[in-house]
Amino acid sequence: MKVAELADKLHLECLTKEGDLNLEVTGCYIGDLLSWVMGRAMEGDAWITVMSNVNIIAVATLSNVSCIILAESVTPDPAVLEKADAQGINVLRSTLSSFEIAKQISEVAGL
Amino acid sequence: MRRTYDIDGKDFSVAGAASSDFKVLLKKLGIPGDVIRRVSIAMYEAEINTVIHGGGGKCEAEIADNRIVISFIDQGPGIPDIDAAMQEGFSTASEQIREMGFGAGMGLPNIKKYTDDFQIQTVVGKGTTVTLCINL
Repeated sequence: MKVAELADKLHLECLTKEGDLNLEVTGCYIGDLLSWVMGRAMEGDAWITVMSNVNIIAVATLSNVSCIILAESVTPDPAVLEKADAQGINVLRSTLSSFEIAKQISEVAGL
Repeated sequence: MRRTYDIDGKDFSVAGAASSDFKVLLKKLGIPGDVIRRVSIAMYEAEINTVIHGGGGKCEAEIADNRIVISFIDQGPGIPDIDAAMQEGFSTASEQIREMGFGAGMGLPNIKKYTDDFQIQTVVGKGTTVTLCINL
């Protein structure tokens, strides 16, 4: 399932303009400790986090996740979206908890 | 081919810039994706350590015929107990650093896990050089 389709089905708010919404979501990873995410998230994963500082963009870029989903209506620092657009990273947002988002991804994407 | 980077020890907003730039170069050179992933993870961890613990420094990255060698050199406080630092979960990062999502104690273990060779030269009070090698 593509990021655009996932965003549509889960009613995710797309916070970035320059990300590639055609990237395929092939898995899901939940984590807020950046080293943990770096070492364990897989390429194509939708990364769910409540961490909202600019360093999440470097981690997303280097780990090749398909998108970042900010859970529980987290508001990112202003520099986050600027950097995300510069790097072509999708940043989405949900009102739901990490658990609820992951559950819905599993259901709609058949993961 | 060689690249050098200055690592700013004060500005966390640019932490990872060297790793991101080097990743772009590896992609352009057609290096296999699994190798790029390993380099990216190990290099990012070492870069972050240089920012957090080393107070900044320098990175020298070289792509040779059969391997990629990357060194991070800082003049920070050094590592008093390398064995402890190598343990998953061990961290001396401050509470402020942890709040930013760092300091999970996974830096050096991740570097070891994703490299083929990994050396630490450290002198307390003088600095640390971390060198990582990944075979092509």
